[in-house]
Formats: sequence, C-alpha cells, structure tokens
Amino acid sequence: MLTAIVFMPAVAAIVLLVAPARTPRTAFVWSWILVSVVELLLVVIVWVGYRPRGGFGWTENVAWIPTAGVGYRVGVDGLSLPLVALTAVLFVAVAIYSLRETRRVKSYVCLFLFLQAVCLGLFVALDLILFFVFFDLSIVAMFFLIAGWGHEAARAAATKFFLYTFLGSLALLLGFIGLYLAASPHTFDMVVLTRTDPLAGRGAYAGLVLFALALGLAVKTPTVPFHTWLPPAHTEAPAAGSAILAGVLLKMGTYGFVRIAMPMLPDTWRRYAVVFIIVGVISVIYGALVALAQTSFKRMIAYTSVNHMGYILLAVGAAGALSGTDTQARSLAVTGAVTQMVSHGLLTGALFLLSGALYDRGHTYEMADYSGLAARTPVFAGLTAVAAFGSLGLPGFSGFIAEFQIFTGSLASATVATIVAVVGILLTAAVFLCALQRIFLGPLRLPDAPGSARAFPDLRASETAAVVPLLVFAVAIGVAPRLLLDVIEPTARILTQLVAR
Amino acid sequence: MNERLGPLIPEIVLAASAVIGLLAGGWLPRQRQSVIRLMATTACSAGLVATAVAMTQPATVDFGTSYAVDVATNAVRIVVLVATLLVICLSVDTIDGHPRETEFYVLLQLAALGTIMLAGANDLLLAFAGYLLASVPGYALAGFRKDASGTEAALKYYLVGALLGVFMLTGITLLYGVGRSTSYPHLHASLGSAPHGVVAVGVIAVVAGLLFKIGGVPAHFWVPDVTEGSSTAVAAFVTTVPKIGGLAALLRLLMVAISPAAVDWPMLVAILAAASMTLGNLAAFFQSSVKRLLAYSTISQVGYLLMAVAVASSSDLAVASLLFYFAAYAITNLGAFAVVAELPHAATLADYRGLARRQPGLATVLVVCLLGLVGTPPTGVFLGKLEIFTATIDGGYAWLAILAVANTIASLFYYLRWLAPVFLYSPADHRVAVLRPAGRWSALAAYVAGTASVALGIAGGVILPLAAGTLLR
Repeated sequence: MLTAIVFMPAVAAIVLLVAPARTPRTAFVWSWILVSVVELLLVVIVWVGYRPRGGFGWTENVAWIPTAGVGYRVGVDGLSLPLVALTAVLFVAVAIYSLRETRRVKSYVCLFLFLQAVCLGLFVALDLILFFVFFDLSIVAMFFLIAGWGHEAARAAATKFFLYTFLGSLALLLGFIGLYLAASPHTFDMVVLTRTDPLAGRGAYAGLVLFALALGLAVKTPTVPFHTWLPPAHTEAPAAGSAILAGVLLKMGTYGFVRIAMPMLPDTWRRYAVVFIIVGVISVIYGALVALAQTSFKRMIAYTSVNHMGYILLAVGAAGALSGTDTQARSLAVTGAVTQMVSHGLLTGALFLLSGALYDRGHTYEMADYSGLAARTPVFAGLTAVAAFGSLGLPGFSGFIAEFQIFTGSLASATVATIVAVVGILLTAAVFLCALQRIFLGPLRLPDAPGSARAFPDLRASETAAVVPLLVFAVAIGVAPRLLLDVIEPTARILTQLVAR
Repeated sequence: MNERLGPLIPEIVLAASAVIGLLAGGWLPRQRQSVIRLMATTACSAGLVATAVAMTQPATVDFGTSYAVDVATNAVRIVVLVATLLVICLSVDTIDGHPRETEFYVLLQLAALGTIMLAGANDLLLAFAGYLLASVPGYALAGFRKDASGTEAALKYYLVGALLGVFMLTGITLLYGVGRSTSYPHLHASLGSAPHGVVAVGVIAVVAGLLFKIGGVPAHFWVPDVTEGSSTAVAAFVTTVPKIGGLAALLRLLMVAISPAAVDWPMLVAILAAASMTLGNLAAFFQSSVKRLLAYSTISQVGYLLMAVAVASSSDLAVASLLFYFAAYAITNLGAFAVVAELPHAATLADYRGLARRQPGLATVLVVCLLGLVGTPPTGVFLGKLEIFTATIDGGYAWLAILAVANTIASLFYYLRWLAPVFLYSPADHRVAVLRPAGRWSALAAYVAGTASVALGIAGGVILPLAAGTLLR
C-alpha cells in the first residue's frame, strides 16, 4: 500500500514523459491533479486503517542490498502519518495552483510528480539509506525546479541551495554510517537501531554521530546559523516550488530529529538537549526579527519559517531535558512539535501560493509597491489575512494548538527559553500585522507596468481552489484537534519513553 | 605443477584475438576492417562468459604462485571487458572506415589484456609485464590521430610512464634483493626480517609506478593532457580502464606481499588518497574545457578509490567496496565520456548550452552520470561511496572519510557548472552548429552507460555479494 503511494507519482511521471509533446499543457496538469487526488484518497485509507497504538502500521520489508545492511523497509506511525497526509494535501493544492503555469509544463509536471514520490518516500522510509536516498533526491528535484522555473537570480540561488543542503545530506550520511558501524550486526534498519540503542554509553563517538546528524538536519530545517540558503532559494523559486520547499522539504529536517536523532541516540540527546533548546530559541527570535526588517513579502514569509522551525527545535530539545519535568509534559512537547510541522506546512504553503498570486499580478514582491489592495481584491486580501493570522498563532487555527502545546510542554524544563520564545510570538504578530497593513490597507497603489496601467484582478478560481482547502484544514485542526492528536499522541509517548531510557 | 590454462581463458581469448586481428588486418581490404571490430567484440563477450563461469569455481593460484584468479581478478576482468565493449561502441562513429582501424582495436585489446594481467599478477615481475602491456598500447593510442596535440599527449604520456616504470623496476630490484623472491607470498614471509629502510624505499618505488597507471597525485600530470589531446574514445579508455588494473595490482601487492607491520603503507595510501581527491578537485574548479574537467574529476575519483586500499588490511568491507566502486565508476565515467563523444563539436562547458532542449535524452544521461559521479543516490557510485566511506570509518580513518565528504561537496560545484548551461535557452542556430551529434553508436553507448549506472545502484543487492570475498594468498 505504502509502496503504491510512493511510486505511483513516479510511474505517472514516466508515463507523462513519453506522452507526445503536442499534448495540450492543461492535460499534463490535470493528470497531475488526478494523481494527487488519488494519492490523497490512498493516504486517507492508510489513515483510517492505522490503529493508533503508537507503533508502526502498514509496514513492508523487502531485502534490497542485504550485504550492506540496506533494506526496503517502509511503514507509518504517529510521527510520519500526519506528515504523509500533509504532503498529499499540499501536492493537491500545488497541482491545482499550477493550472496557470505556462512554461515547459511537461517537464514541470514530471519534476513535481517525481518530487511528490520522493517526499512521500522519505516520510515512510524505515531504513536509513532509503531515507537518505529520498533526502538527496529531494534536493536534486528542487534544484531543477528552482533553476528551471525561478525568477531572475534563480540559478545562483539554486546552486547555493544545492551546495548547502548537499553538505547537510553528506554530514547526515556520515552520521548514518556511524550508527551502522555501531550496530551489531551492522544494519541501517531504523526499527532495529531504535530498539537496540547501539551507541548507549559510547561517549565521544556517540557525540560525534549526533553532531553529524544534527548538522545535516539543522541545515535542512533550517536553524540559525545554517539558514542562509533559505531566503534566496525561497525568493527565487516559483510559488509552487516555494510552497513545497517550505511545506514539505523543511519538515524533512525536523522529522529527522524526532525519527532518527532522538530515539537512536537517547542518552546523547539528553546530554546535549540544552544546545538544541538554545539554537531553537535563537532561531525563533532571530527569524522573527529579520522577518520584521524585510521589505519583500516572500522573503518575509521565508524568515518566519526560520522562526516557526525554531519552536520545533525548542520542543524537541525540551523533550530531552529530564530534570524538573514529567513524561506527560515531554510528550506534550513532542506532540506540539509534530502538530507545528503540519500546521506550518498548511499555513506557510498557503502564504507562499498567495505570494505567487501577488507576483503574477504585480511582478514584484516589494511590499512598498503595493497599498490598499483590500478594496481591489477582497478575496485575495481575505485569504491572506486568514493565513497570516493562522500563522501568527491565533486561537482557532492549527498554529495555536501547536504552539500552545510546545510552550506548555517546554515551560517546566526550559523555563527561561520558553519565556524568551513566547516573545517570538509577539514579534511574529508584529511581522504579519505590519505586512497586512502595508499591502492591503491605505489608498490603492499598484506597481506600474511599463507603458500601461496593469490589470490587477482578484484571485482566479484555480488559485482560490488551491489555497482554500489548506486554510480549511488549518482551521479544522484548530477547532477539532483530536482527529490529529489521537494519531500523534501515542507515538509521542513512546518516543518520550525512548528518549528517557 | 599447476600450469593449467583453463582459468586463464579470458586472457587467452583476448590475446589471441589481438594477435590474429593484427595479422588478419594486414590482409584485409581497407573498407572491410570492421571484421576486426567484430572479432574484438566477440573476444570481449567470450571473455565475459568465461569469467562468469570462472566465478562459480573456487579461486586458484596458477603457474606456481604467479597468477591469482580470485574475486578481485574476476571483478576486474568483468569491469575491464564491459568497459572495453563500451569504448568500442563509442569509438565506432569516429574510427569506422579509418585507415588504421585494425590497429586501434588491436591496441585496445592489448591494453585491456595488460590491465587484467596487472590485477591478477601475484608476482612482481609479472606485474611489471602487465604494467608494460597496459602502458605501451596506451602511448600509441594517445597519439593515434597523428596531430600536434595527440603527439604531445603521447610523448608526455610516454615520458612519465617510462620514468615511473624505471622507478617501479628499481623498487622491484630492491624488494627482490632483500626479499630473495619476486613472488608475493614469499615476499610476505621474508620481508618481515629485511631491513626496514630498503623495504620502505622499494615499496614506495613500486607504488610510484602503479600510481602512474592509476593516474593519482603526484603521478597525474599526464592525465589532463592525454584526455584533452587524444580522441574522446581513447581518453575514455585511458582514464578509466588502466586505472582499475593499477588499483587492483596495488591492492594485491600491499595486501599479499607487504604486512603493515613492515611498512606503514595504510598511512602512505591514505595520504595519497587525500592528495588525489583534493588536488584533483581544486584543479577541476575553473576548467572550461569539458575533457579537462573530466580528466581532473577522474583524478579526484582516484582519491576515493585509494581510500578503500588504505583500509584494506583493517576493514573487512574494504575489498568488496573497492571492487564494486570499480564497476560503478567505470560505467558512470564512460557514460559521461560517451556524451562528450556524441557531441564532438562541443568542447567547452558553454557549448552545452541548450542541450536539454535539443537532445533531452542525452541531457538526461549527462545529468545521471555527473550527479552519479558526485554520488547522488540511487546511482551505483552512491552505493560504492557508501560502502567505501563505511569501510574507511570502520578501518579507523574517519578523518579521511570527512575529507572525502568535503571533497564530494566541492566536486558538486564544478559538475553543476557543466550542468547549468545544459538547461539554459540558446538560439537554435547555435544548437544546430555546435550540438551536432556524432552518430548512433556513441549515443547508444551513452544510453547504455546511463541506464547501467542507475541499475547498478538499484540492483546493488544482487551485485554486491559477487564482490564479497578475500584475496588469495
């Protein structure tokens, strides 16, 4: 079942590749939409069929390269299932949004389908090398998307993105090899490595392995100080690419922390938990402050991603700090972290799609060039406002649920850090309110097109249809969080116990 | 005695085909020389079949202790024969109908034979014979076009080869002097009590000779010039095939003949590996000629291969990882060269502008091969690198693995410099003029190599166990 989910988009991409070049471009996008919707339905079946006891469901295990300890092992649990679902939802939205894409649509759709397969594969992988394969391929696919369909300076941004995240992925690989060599018999099987905890009591060696893993994941997440690839990559990427980059690819880093670093190196994680807490808080504050200083709408959203990822790092760090806390608080922090991943994916994905709509009309992201859009484009203004309020953590949205749990879970063990991080919420609120005010309120002003005044229509049907479902999900999680939390919580409890052993 | 010819069928077939080809070529009319190509192809295929049969047999040492037919020899046979077939395929477009077509294929087969002999040689003198047999046809091939750049390449290749060959012979003399034998197992027994200084100098001198075959720093100066000066098919061959034999010979010499207690060769090889990968990469950074870029990239790849040799005595995973990397590297490197051969008029990176639009299939092969050389999954080189890195850390050379990772990232930079223009838009007339394809055969070689490069990674589970085993002593 999971294999079908992972490889169906890839097969579809191959089928579309051999389709004749004269096929109308909408046919490609519509087939992509069809595939994504079927994917979503399959994920729903998996979700319904998954019994929330916390362990792995829908597992498959096939020998791949047994001599190297590599297997094709997949499965989902409460940490990965929400992210699989997020990926499926986000790709449907992006597919619908891409109906307006006109440049080299065939290769565009094929690349996205490939990326979709890779993203889903990463979240269901239960083998370190399988995980790494998908991790690396996601970089390759995203590189070509940014370089091929980005804005003016896309090539430089794409190269920077590739080099930077490739550095991270190879550091990750060294960490994986470290884990592999420690296990006896040597294996890359995540389940076995988690169960046996091969590096227990291996002081410096375990520290180095965690350092390599953390470096790799921190680059991908990204946290301060490894975030410098993110703003140019986001700014230059096409809107659909940005939405996937922020919504799914960044989660690969944070997911790696909860899936690999925490349960496989529990005692080392506990020893260095404070480092992750500090890095998390710095990311929160730094991301928010830099976002506040941005003049470009898209760059601003990119920096709020750094801020939001900081909360996740704070939570996973706090889950490793045992003193002055109990299992329930730590498991709450982990649940909050996973919820934040889903919430950020939905809301920031929506924001990036909306920023793409803004660029299509005004051909600039500079907030100073726009003013008073609320009167001209009420739907666009309304949806952007909803997404922005959700993103700053207003109650009733998924972001609130996530951040509330993170703070409650972290307060006891990382009191000062949590208090500082709460300030980050205030800063984020300021960021979004300022942006909304600058773009939507005041007298109407539009960027000048050369020659004539530019038409500035409201959101088109396809754009609305792409964004609205994301916001509906965000509100649904905010209003009825049990649906999501029932899946996450049992696994979060297991993870907390694993870290505490 | 164990003077059986049975285990040596692949070598015998290759030698017979070369000799018969040379004689028959003199009698054949000029336009009928493609018969020799067919014969070379048949010989390589027959050799592959014979090797496949040999792999099911237990490993043996024949002719006293001088020639070992074990997992390393068999792996090198397969890789060299497949690589030779690919080179024959990508050479057809330029060599077909050439007045000296026969000579080309005869020299190719002799060089391949020498490479296989290097891998199997279990005796210093036989190894040197293999060294000469792999080198001398290479000199002639480098100057095959008889133009200025080819002549210069051949001369440089010859001078460096002759110099380091003398080194190697000196080293052999020294080791023979103190070890009283040229056979590896005997040397292993006798060198323990020999004077350390002499053994060390002897080993370094022999390694210097093999390093020339391998094309590693500091014996790499011929690589860029030969790659750029000779025809693409020759460049593809000499940067890929002899290297494999040289590395296998190095592995066998160090593993079987020299104990790490006598000379600290793991550290020596580790330093050579570090130098090769780093200097090769640094030199590749700002090359604008595709062939020079590939030349320096092969020098840096030597560094990764040498890593496995460095830990061969301390990690059980090393030999299998090296043999698998041979296959992955040879296929992927030949794929990149096949793309170059298919586009003979595109000499610089900028000439590749617009390739994706004009020839999407070829552009895909180029992406697969270049990203493969970096080690992007799921290509074969990724699996090879994974195994080599694992072996290196396992063998206690974690610093070397970290340096290799840093170098891998650095190498991505220049491969991307090549890939970037491929996807750029270019005026149609530029594409028509510069991206004119050479013919079907080079394209076929490119597609086969690109597919095999990915297949090797995905089917690694089937292939990797074939490389498992130990060297015969």
